[in-house]
Amino acid sequence: MAATDTSVSIQDLSLSFGAVTVLQTLNLDVADGEFIVLLGPSGCGKSTLLNCIAGLLDVSGGRIVIKGKNVTWEEPKDRGIGMVFQSYALYPQMTVEKNLSFGLRVAGTPKDEIAKRIARAAEILQIEPLLQRKPTALSGGQRQRVAIGRALVRDVDVFLFDEPLSNLDAKLRAELRVEIKLLHRKLQNTMIYVTHDQIEAMTLADRIAVMKGGVIQQLDAPQIIYNRPVNRFVAGFLGSPAMNFLDGRLENAGGGWHFLADDLKIPLGTYHFDRQPAPGPTVFGIRPEHVSLNSGTGWPFSTAANVEVVEPMGSDTLVWLRLAKQNFSVRVTSERTPRNDEPVTVGFDPMRASLFDTVTGSRL
Amino acid sequence: MSAAPIAIQERSDLADVRPYGPKPRRMSPGRIGIYAFLIVAALFFLIPVYIMIVTSLKGMPEIRLGHLFSLPHEPTFQPWADAWLHACTGRDCNGLSPGFYNSVKITLPSVAISIVCASINGYALTFWPYKGANLLFGLLVFGAFVPYQVVIYPLIIGLSSVGLFATLPGIIIVHTIFGMPILTLLFRNFYAALPAELFKAARVDGAGFWRIFFSIMLPMSVPIAVVAVILQVTGIWNDFLFGIVFAGRSNWPMTVQLNNIVNTTTGVKEYNVNMAATILTAAVPLVIYFISGRWFVRGIAAGAVKG
Ligand SMILES: Nc1ncnc2c1ncn2[C@@H]1O[C@H](COP(=O)(O)OP(=O)(O)OP(=O)(O)O)[C@@H](O)[C@H]1O
Ligand SMILES: [Mg+2]
Repeated sequence: MAATDTSVSIQDLSLSFGAVTVLQTLNLDVADGEFIVLLGPSGCGKSTLLNCIAGLLDVSGGRIVIKGKNVTWEEPKDRGIGMVFQSYALYPQMTVEKNLSFGLRVAGTPKDEIAKRIARAAEILQIEPLLQRKPTALSGGQRQRVAIGRALVRDVDVFLFDEPLSNLDAKLRAELRVEIKLLHRKLQNTMIYVTHDQIEAMTLADRIAVMKGGVIQQLDAPQIIYNRPVNRFVAGFLGSPAMNFLDGRLENAGGGWHFLADDLKIPLGTYHFDRQPAPGPTVFGIRPEHVSLNSGTGWPFSTAANVEVVEPMGSDTLVWLRLAKQNFSVRVTSERTPRNDEPVTVGFDPMRASLFDTVTGSRL
Repeated sequence: MSAAPIAIQERSDLADVRPYGPKPRRMSPGRIGIYAFLIVAALFFLIPVYIMIVTSLKGMPEIRLGHLFSLPHEPTFQPWADAWLHACTGRDCNGLSPGFYNSVKITLPSVAISIVCASINGYALTFWPYKGANLLFGLLVFGAFVPYQVVIYPLIIGLSSVGLFATLPGIIIVHTIFGMPILTLLFRNFYAALPAELFKAARVDGAGFWRIFFSIMLPMSVPIAVVAVILQVTGIWNDFLFGIVFAGRSNWPMTVQLNNIVNTTTGVKEYNVNMAATILTAAVPLVIYFISGRWFVRGIAAGAVKG
């Protein structure tokens, strides 16, 4: 993706509903052709931000620039955006064809042009046999395809998606996810996609913006967000099964920095500190798949533990242990599943870990 | 494969051990009570209707015999014809028919105008909230609870000052105003229950206030519009107070005419004619109920509300 020019630029955006401030001086630059995912827990302001970009909500402060044009006060239709909603929002009394053409008819597009664009959209989305049906006669996946088509026919610069797949069942969601990805490959449009499903975020995004309480916590490529989360919230929000967190202290003892928790002493020689470390209370985080079970003592750190619970998850198994009197999970392949109460050795490389300040939660 | 017959056998064994399968339906005491109440209530309302119908089909000599419940010996439709064409109110003996046409002239425009205004009101209040919209809505709801009698006198003064008192437009305006609170409430609640994303999608598609209203909201409003029509037609048709006060002598609706026929003091009381006249007056709301009730159910069943 040759993302050079800025497509959508959100500058110092604020929004409040009366006394409730939902977004506060938010900044976000989206490159041309980029696929940005806004990820965050329910109520963090993702939809609100998207509605501001679409012009469906009046901002309280700041401005929005789309394709170099300041659209802060523009009507939704003049912003060059198309939007796809969670509830599909198809016009129930119109056929699929009329649904697709509504925007064009409102804009007074010539008939043959409308027909041409509908044919193209229907072909891309494979909904040609459905054109004469009413929305009630469509399945969820088909409805969402029509909803995408409605944005497609209008030839917009920016696609906005508000949790488009969350009303679908798991299988259909996976299918449409791939279709959206292909669509993006084909159209090369800028896409801003809201979800609270981290798999969608990881698979679709060029960059993910993780939001919490109306503030973007981290904006980065999925792999960076996953491997080097900037704070404990981002670390805990992404990843399933979730990252292990051990509460303890950071100390410079016996030639180098160590993480200490109860009887545990993890050397941090291989850990890449973001800033100058200082002794004090610290959280040690490591993902279950970055920990190895019974694989020798070749690891920078290894220790013995007892298996408490085993959770089979299909392809892998999650093994729960107690480490430093705290819960700790390890992800192993199904063939290597240990039994309950079996003594095991746990090994990992602290290079893959994330250390967070206990008080501020930010990455060390 | 070989396991299947065994499984079936086991199940047929199980069937003998009850409970098994659907629970048998029994008439519970509560149900019996409900049915008893419904039957009594139906009789309570149907007996007067029965008496009205048989009386309207009897001649006066037969009525004087006093057998209230007996079927007519010599059924006659003369009382119906008299009620429609010849019954007297004071010196005029033109029957109910002028009142019927007056009622039609009052009801049709009142219903149409009030529903059009209320649907636009409800739509604007739901989707285009402006400053003070909530206050206005609160006032409207409050308006639904104001007793009519309180505002009659101020309204008379107001209408006569613009020369509309005792005219057809005058009574239409009055009915429209008084229908507004409840109808706006009805339409607002209906639109508020629609997914807001539908409106947002239309905005993104570039549609404005009227376009969204006519192309998207109005086609979905059929069920609620039918409810509004039922409410307004029955309310306005059955109205007596506003009709007698605001319509003016020449526009008196059917109800006022009926009252005058029944209460006329000259000559003998023609019970059969009175009964026929009453049934004729009540017929319109009844017909509306029967026709639009079916539509109403159909509208809901067709999924007009749910996307
Ligand atoms: N019209 C409104 N009036 C007042 N508060 C609102 C309004 N709309 C949203 N909010 C508040 O703004 C916050 C953000 O809402 P928003 O819909 O953007 O969340 P979200 O991140 O999209 O959540 P979800 O994942 O559940 O869709 C919430 O706390 C919500 O209560
Ligand atoms: Mg949302």
